[in-house]
Amino acid sequence: MLVKRDAERKLRGEDISPREITDHAIYLNRRAFMTGIASLALAPWGGKAQAQGNLQPLQATKNTAYQLPDALTSYKSVTTYNNFYEFGTDKGDPAAHASSLKTRPWTVQVDGLCAKPKTFDIDELLKFPLEERVYRLRCVEAWSMVIPWIGFPLSALLKRVEPTGQAKYVEFTTLVNPEMFPGQKRGFFGFSLDWPYTEGLRLDEAMHPLTLMTVGLYGQVLPNQNGAPLRVVVPWKYGFKSGKSIVRIRLTQDEPKTAWNKAAPSEYGFYSNVNPEVSHPRWSQANERRIGELRRRETLMFNGYGDQVASLYAGMDLKRYY
Amino acid sequence: MSYRFRVALKAAVWVAALWPLGTLVRGFFTDDLGANPIDTVTRTLGLTALVLLLSSLGMTPLRIVFGWSWPIQFRRLLGLLAFFYVVLHFGVWIVLDHFFDWPRMWQDVLKRPFITVGMLALILLVPLAATSTTGMIKRMGGANWRLLHKLAYVIGTLGVLHFLWLSKKGRTTAYYYAIVLAVLLGVRGWDWVRKRWRASVEATRRPTAAREA
Repeated sequence: MLVKRDAERKLRGEDISPREITDHAIYLNRRAFMTGIASLALAPWGGKAQAQGNLQPLQATKNTAYQLPDALTSYKSVTTYNNFYEFGTDKGDPAAHASSLKTRPWTVQVDGLCAKPKTFDIDELLKFPLEERVYRLRCVEAWSMVIPWIGFPLSALLKRVEPTGQAKYVEFTTLVNPEMFPGQKRGFFGFSLDWPYTEGLRLDEAMHPLTLMTVGLYGQVLPNQNGAPLRVVVPWKYGFKSGKSIVRIRLTQDEPKTAWNKAAPSEYGFYSNVNPEVSHPRWSQANERRIGELRRRETLMFNGYGDQVASLYAGMDLKRYY
Repeated sequence: MSYRFRVALKAAVWVAALWPLGTLVRGFFTDDLGANPIDTVTRTLGLTALVLLLSSLGMTPLRIVFGWSWPIQFRRLLGLLAFFYVVLHFGVWIVLDHFFDWPRMWQDVLKRPFITVGMLALILLVPLAATSTTGMIKRMGGANWRLLHKLAYVIGTLGVLHFLWLSKKGRTTAYYYAIVLAVLLGVRGWDWVRKRWRASVEATRRPTAAREA
């Protein structure tokens, strides 16, 4: 029992006194220094996985409406445990290969059924008022994190292009570039997802204040492995619904085809709302492992955002529209 | 094969087989098991169990293909080590992963095919481990014992299915294990057909020869 409790404390990091915890700014400095050293040494088997990309501090206002009592998941876990198949199918692949992604120049084409289609430069998008919001992230694989994102509501961007009355859905497209995304090269068994990775939301979901166009986390520019330079975060849906490294946002009349739904339709529906009562065909979604915790915790309906989003699905059979 | 070589080889098998467990223990103390330690531990134990299981199934094909008889003596050791890892894998699932949440685990066994076959493989391994001693071989009689231990083919297949069915689309590691299993069982199948064919040739030849004489 004692051993168990000790292990649990250790996993939560409670055995570490606050004095021993490195301030994040100092950590980043050290990290930048170590990256310099590592690039000189470049061991063929690679160094320790870490955050990659243009990791500068990013100014943002803390939005007090979107904070959580939950403890934040460590920066290290957030940047080394990722599903981002463009870099490979292993959780460690994104951190290992993310340096190959170049996030400048970068443009995002916003078009489709709207009055003022426009191609935005990423630096133009960074001029939207940025805010920090702490969200739960629930992966379809039954693990979860709590992450302080930086971004702006997707609705602010969509309003800029003025969707027409016919627009019912929004499609997000991730960059295709096998040089930058080694996971997009064909493997030995020929299988990968059908690139580009596309995701989609209903227009009302996309316009919902919770839906965040995200450009940073933990006070700095989004690391490449987390979907730099720009990704979507839809906290009440399973993580794969939140497309990364977005190059195109298109307003459509019909439900967009989405990458995982095409790959395994019975396992990944278009809606993919976090729902403890609807299990994945191969595992239960009733509970989850919060990264950094020992015991599983119960999964919350809509990942705990039910009071804000349940009305979007009033009258819908969520078992059918999973 | 010299006695010394055999001892060295046996030691190497022990070291290689316990190595993954060693890395997990070390990782626990150096906090180096990644962001999801329980997942790392479960996967490592399961994968090692499968490697050992397939290795134990690989000893007979070595004799069939290369005519080596010495690998057979490692079959029992590899099988028992595989059983050891399967038990650890199962233990981690019960204690660390689900913390004795019996109803939920039982539901998973019934509802999730990959867990069902994994469970079945574990159950089938128990009688094999229990009858692995030389004394048991004698008590059961060689023929019965061999028949029972043919279950190893079923267990290997269930183990590979367990891995295939739990793998997310796009993860191809399990395919390699399936190929290895297919080769190992294929060699046995080929050998069996070959022996029967030879026997039937001999059987048709003998009466003819007798008539000629």
